[in-house]
Amino acid sequence: MVDPILSIRDLHTEFVANEGIIRAVDGVSFDVFQGRTLGVVGESGCGKSVTARSILGIVEKPGRVTGGQILLRPETGGEAVDLLQLGPKAMRAIRGPEIALVFQEPMASFSQYYTIGNQIMEGIRLHLKLSARAARDRAIELLDMVGVPQPARRVDEYPFQLSGGLRQRVMIAMALACDPRVLIADEPTTALDVTTQAQILDLLRELQQKQGLALILITHDMGVIAEMAHDVAVMYLGRAVETGPVSEIFTAPKHPYTRALLRSIPTVMAKPRTRLPTIEGSIPHPSNRPAGCAYNPRCLELIDDLCRVQEPPETGMAGRRIRCFLHGGRP
Amino acid sequence: MSARSEGLEAPVLLEVKGLKKYFPIRKGLLRRVVGQVKAVDGVSFAIRKGETLALVGESGCGKTTVSRCILRAMAPSEGAINFAFEGRTVDLATLPRKRLRPLRRHMQMVFQDPYSSLNPRMVVGDTIGEPLLINGMTDRAERRRRVLELMELVGLPGAAINRFPHAFSGGQRQRIGIARALALNPALIVADEPVSALDVSVQAQILNLLLDLQDRLGLTVLFVAHDLSVVKHVSDRVAVMYVGRIVELAETEALYRRPLHPYTEALLSAAPTPVPGAVSQRIILERDIADPANPPPGCAFHPRCRYAEARCKVERPDMVEVEPGRQVACLRAGELVLRGITDMPHEAV
Repeated sequence: MVDPILSIRDLHTEFVANEGIIRAVDGVSFDVFQGRTLGVVGESGCGKSVTARSILGIVEKPGRVTGGQILLRPETGGEAVDLLQLGPKAMRAIRGPEIALVFQEPMASFSQYYTIGNQIMEGIRLHLKLSARAARDRAIELLDMVGVPQPARRVDEYPFQLSGGLRQRVMIAMALACDPRVLIADEPTTALDVTTQAQILDLLRELQQKQGLALILITHDMGVIAEMAHDVAVMYLGRAVETGPVSEIFTAPKHPYTRALLRSIPTVMAKPRTRLPTIEGSIPHPSNRPAGCAYNPRCLELIDDLCRVQEPPETGMAGRRIRCFLHGGRP
Repeated sequence: MSARSEGLEAPVLLEVKGLKKYFPIRKGLLRRVVGQVKAVDGVSFAIRKGETLALVGESGCGKTTVSRCILRAMAPSEGAINFAFEGRTVDLATLPRKRLRPLRRHMQMVFQDPYSSLNPRMVVGDTIGEPLLINGMTDRAERRRRVLELMELVGLPGAAINRFPHAFSGGQRQRIGIARALALNPALIVADEPVSALDVSVQAQILNLLLDLQDRLGLTVLFVAHDLSVVKHVSDRVAVMYVGRIVELAETEALYRRPLHPYTEALLSAAPTPVPGAVSQRIILERDIADPANPPPGCAFHPRCRYAEARCKVERPDMVEVEPGRQVACLRAGELVLRGITDMPHEAV
């Protein structure tokens, strides 16, 4: 098997709040491969965005990574580097040329005071040491690559002059400016309309094929996952409860949460006016994490005196792992 | 027996005719009107008692403006909104504010965002009870009884009556919003994206609740949404809007199986489905949604339409009834054979 570009091992990220310590990411592990898409899916509070920010070392205060490893394999081969051991300066050389991020809210993530060209060029000039002229040409080239019409004119426009779909394209251009090997897209289409979403997903797929990017796609939408991902990690309250190839996750889901989640998705194939199977209750706040398996209060298949008390370990084999006592790890 | 058993022969509760809402674009020192944003530009439909009509479309298509005009949160520029209640019909579009007030209790709204639509300083009991108080239920004990009844109806524990909104999850907050909307036994509920801010696992609970309540109370619902999968689960009929106009209106199953408008076809094909490998034949629309301040001539959809002909750029199609209960605004409606959900690879490959 090919070595992964990026391996997350037992990542822990905590926030110190008034209510106590919130374990936003609580032992997440997964692998990301060149030319493949890992879909990270979960509902609010599952820690998917914090995981992305932890990888890039941009977790906001009072949060901090408290444990685990983020192993990046160098392009030239050789020993993997643990990003958590790098200093701020070395990390800056990682963000952009190695790993880049596409944010969810394109409106909130741009500065309103600079043209989009300026904002793309900032990264290029910092990392690639190009002249202003060359950087500008590169920016226009990037805009053209992500399908922004009339890039030579658009490069001098401000973010507010662009539609949501175009803004997201510019955001992707900016992320790709320094030729990263890993692209993390955090809910890249959530703020967009469906027809625009289809355009952006299509673009991401095309770019990945062309450039062999390793893509981490974070979303709450199982439909987007089905369409885009090769591998899937399903998260619940800070943990990956099930990981595996997309076909297996959708056709043979094992974890009760994954199964319930898949059943509760509305689809266009449904008979009109039909009730959906639901998951009882609601997602607990991460500060209020249930003892034992975090999903146990909502689980219909729980093993009474086990799941409420003990946390299930991650079991399974490489590429297909699960955290549930129904599928192994029973003491 | 359910209150919906009258089916589609029930009397019309709300009829919208030729509704228009223009917003002026002002410029310069004198704030001269230099143009109009035609947010809603000639929308007509009717909702029968007990029915759910979904108004779907992408952002900026005017669906929210239509719902706001119906509730008279804004005054329409043109057109009629006939509302039938207590044996008579009134035109909400032209009714003076004063005469509108007693009518408001018959039309209630469920909002999109349960985080910002509840007063954070009001306990749940007061939030749900406020409309009762305003409408003359001054007796405290009586109001409390009704509030508890409403809370039970929407599946909230009565013990939570004195708690503040922040103590509730998103789904529970949406239940509070629904209970408040139901407090006065309204005839019409306008629900504007009621589940789009919720997590998937909670979304299903709220959709089921809306279906149950409708069956039990015989509610009539205008369901405004952008998500075609959600709409499929709740609606009897669907009206698809594009740049201020309805382009297609049909019974839900018929519309999904065999869309007659190319925009409906594209929307259906763009809806992500939880089936791996189902994307190969997706229709990707070029460009962005037209600007309602400056819509293209002819059919507003023509710049993005893969079936457009020369005449589509000049001639504006009107809504035509092509078969009973099915209307479409497309010049090529009769000749095009479009793909519906059964022709798309929604099954695993």
